[in-house]
Amino acid sequence: MRTRVALAAGLATALALLAFGALDAQAAKPQTSLTEIESEVMCPVCGTLLELAESPQAQQEKAFVARLVASGRSKDRIKDALVAEYGIAVLALPQGSGFDLSAYLVPIVAFLIAIVALAFGVRKWRRDAGPPDRDRPAPTGPSPEDAERLDADLARYDL
Amino acid sequence: MTRSEAGSCRGRAGSNLLRSVSVRTSLAVLAVLAIVGLLTFGLLSKGSSGVALGEVAPAPSLPRLEGEGNGSLADYRGRWVLVNFWASWCIPCRQEAPALEDFQRRHGDGRFTVLGIDSRDLSGDGRAFVERYGLSYPQLRDGDGATAHDYGTTGVPENFLIDPKGKLRLHLVGPVTSENLNDEVAPLLPGGKS
Repeated sequence: MRTRVALAAGLATALALLAFGALDAQAAKPQTSLTEIESEVMCPVCGTLLELAESPQAQQEKAFVARLVASGRSKDRIKDALVAEYGIAVLALPQGSGFDLSAYLVPIVAFLIAIVALAFGVRKWRRDAGPPDRDRPAPTGPSPEDAERLDADLARYDL
Repeated sequence: MTRSEAGSCRGRAGSNLLRSVSVRTSLAVLAVLAIVGLLTFGLLSKGSSGVALGEVAPAPSLPRLEGEGNGSLADYRGRWVLVNFWASWCIPCRQEAPALEDFQRRHGDGRFTVLGIDSRDLSGDGRAFVERYGLSYPQLRDGDGATAHDYGTTGVPENFLIDPKGKLRLHLVGPVTSENLNDEVAPLLPGGKS
C-alpha cells in the first residue's frame, strides 16, 4: 500500500514538473523577431530606422531588443520598454495625438478636398461643353445654292 | 426683353461669376495658408536649441540615474557645476571618465561639482558604466536626449561649465583630458588653482 502511494506521489510530481517545464518553455518562446521590431523603431542618435543604423548606439539598442525578444516578450511590450528608455520619439510611426496626429489627418483632408474639387471641375466641364452630340441636329447637305455653285466650280475647273 | 433688362441680366451673371471666382480663390488661399501654418507650427514646435556663453543654462528636472526621484542643475545653484553629457556606448566618454572622476575628487566640494547627464542611453548600461569607472559625482538621465538638445550638443561627450548663478561660462566639445580640466576649468573655479 505504502509503495503504491509513493509511486503515485512520484508520478504526480513528475507530471507537475513536466507541465511547469512546458509552461516555462512556452513563456520563453519568442513572440516576435528583431527584424520586425527594427523596422518599426528608430535609432534616436542617428535619426533613422534602427534596421538602417549601424552606430554604436544602434548596436546597443539592437542588443537590448534581441535580449527582450529572446525572453519571450511581445512586440508591444518591447516597444513599451524602448519608450521607457528613449522616450516616445523612438517609435517610427507618428502618434495619434498632438501635432503628430496631422500626419494622419492631413492626407485624409487633402484627399477629400481633391475629390470635391474634381467633382466641381467635372460638373463645370460638362456644363461648358454644352449638350451631347446626339442632341445636336443631324448634319444636312449643302443648300441648293451651295450645291449649284459647287457644280459650277467643278465644271469650270474640269475636275 | 428691353435693353435695360438685358443689361441687368448681364450684370447679375457677371456678379455671380465674380462671387464664384472669389469664393474659389478664397478657399484656395485658405488651403495654402493652412498648409503653410501647419508646417510653420511643426518647425517652431521643435524649438531652437543651444545656449550661448553668459546665458542661463537649461535646468530641467531629470530622473536620477541611480536611486529614486529627480534632480536638476537648479539643485546646485550657488556652486560651479561642470555638466558632462555622456553615454555608455560612446567610446570617447570612456576615455574621459577617469579624468573627470579625478577632477571631482580634487575639486568637488561645497563650491564645485561635476554633474553627469547620461543621454540617449539604456539606464542599465549607464549604471554599469558608472560602477565600472567608479564615478562618485551625481548622475541624471536624459533618455530621450531633450536636455542635450536644449543645450545644443552635437554629440557626446560635451562639457558645459555653469557658474553659481546658472550661467554658461565655458563649453568644451569632445572628450576632456586632465590637461583640459586643469588648464581651462580649474582657473575659473574659486581659488583658481589647477
